[in-house]
Amino acid sequence: MEEVKVLGSWPSPYGFRVQWALELKGVEYEYIDEDLFNKSDMLLKYNPVHKKIPVLVHNGKSIAESAVILEYIEETWPQNPLLPMDPYERAMARFWLNFVDNKDKAAPFVSFFIGVGEEHEKAAKEAKELLTIFEEQGLGEKKYFGGEEIGMVDLAMGWIAASLGVIEEIVDVKILDAESLPRLHAWVQNFRAYPVIKNNLPDHDKLLENYTKKREMFLASIAT
Amino acid sequence: MAEEVKLLKTWSSRFGLRVVWALKLKGIQYEAFDEDLSNKSALLLQYNPVYKKVPVLVHNGKPISESLVILEYIDETWKQNPMLPQHPLEKARQRFWAKFNDEKLLPSISGIFTKEGKEREEAVAASLENLKFVEEELKGKKFFGGEKIGLADLVFGWLANLICVFEEVLGFKIIDERFPLLLAWMKEFSQLPIIKDNWPPHDKMIIKYQEQYDKYHPAK
Repeated sequence: MEEVKVLGSWPSPYGFRVQWALELKGVEYEYIDEDLFNKSDMLLKYNPVHKKIPVLVHNGKSIAESAVILEYIEETWPQNPLLPMDPYERAMARFWLNFVDNKDKAAPFVSFFIGVGEEHEKAAKEAKELLTIFEEQGLGEKKYFGGEEIGMVDLAMGWIAASLGVIEEIVDVKILDAESLPRLHAWVQNFRAYPVIKNNLPDHDKLLENYTKKREMFLASIAT
Repeated sequence: MAEEVKLLKTWSSRFGLRVVWALKLKGIQYEAFDEDLSNKSALLLQYNPVYKKVPVLVHNGKPISESLVILEYIDETWKQNPMLPQHPLEKARQRFWAKFNDEKLLPSISGIFTKEGKEREEAVAASLENLKFVEEELKGKKFFGGEKIGLADLVFGWLANLICVFEEVLGFKIIDERFPLLLAWMKEFSQLPIIKDNWPPHDKMIIKYQEQYDKYHPAK
């Protein structure tokens, strides 16, 4: 009998990726939400090295690091594959997964979320350049990053579809618009509408509240 | 069709070295190009436009960059002497530790080398904590991959060569007798033919890293 648990922390996009992967493959699991300011014994036991979410626990064995978890899910439940068969295509997918998770590459998006003034303007410009790279080199003419169907790269990019809109609302700046990034914009609509994803997106109002608070907290902390 | 495998790297890059080891492990013939990163070749810029970094593997004209992505590609394309085990959980373990090296251990140890004062103390503390986790992972194992070397061994492999270079330049030990399993692993790993025959020359490394150290810590 399979026993699958996911430790996440709403609204972390890394947790969502893991849930989406399991949902796409029709794997039943128990979701446990962690309070990262008060980490449970379970989290500390299952991820002693990093003490972070997400963690997948499969029949008592834990796997940490979302990229590692996604590969594990893919190999353990091969139905509805999230990676292509061809090794070169797989390498390209892994390259994009790596790119999305690269801290240096993510920095402009972080500044776009919590920055102000000139720093924020610069971040918006850099973030838009990154989105352009995603559209032109990652997505190309495809419907999804994975091709005709959602793949692992779509799940990693999923945070854009799930939460960038809310961030744009809060900072009152649009960087992903239909006119300048038509294909990525269309991808967001398609991703959000995809049957399994549709029921597993963060609620707009709750996310708005959560992110507004986060931005305020950060701005307050640097003001001192 | 004849295989054409090219590897763009530098003579000292620890990321390029892990790809060299992987290719040697599988007995793959390849052509190596050592780049001068202060004067990047047109080939490098063509093959890795996003990062403009080494290593880059080019297989029959198709480029792959990012060393961990390259290692997975090599393992999936050439099945002999697998770097990853069959079982998904064991595979996950190798991948977890590979990431740990690249994202935690390597940066913390580099920090000891590049920083000074309080920041260096923090880097030392972080490195010791990270090394403790790695030591723990080696319990009951000859290599990270078990009886034979695997992906994680190739990724941690830089320790077996570069740590003594750092220690010589810094004048103090980073991996000492507190880490007996790690020291034993470094010795075993270094003695493997494919590893031993492909170390960058020690003296050249000392010169290079002494120069780098002096750049980070200019005499006042």
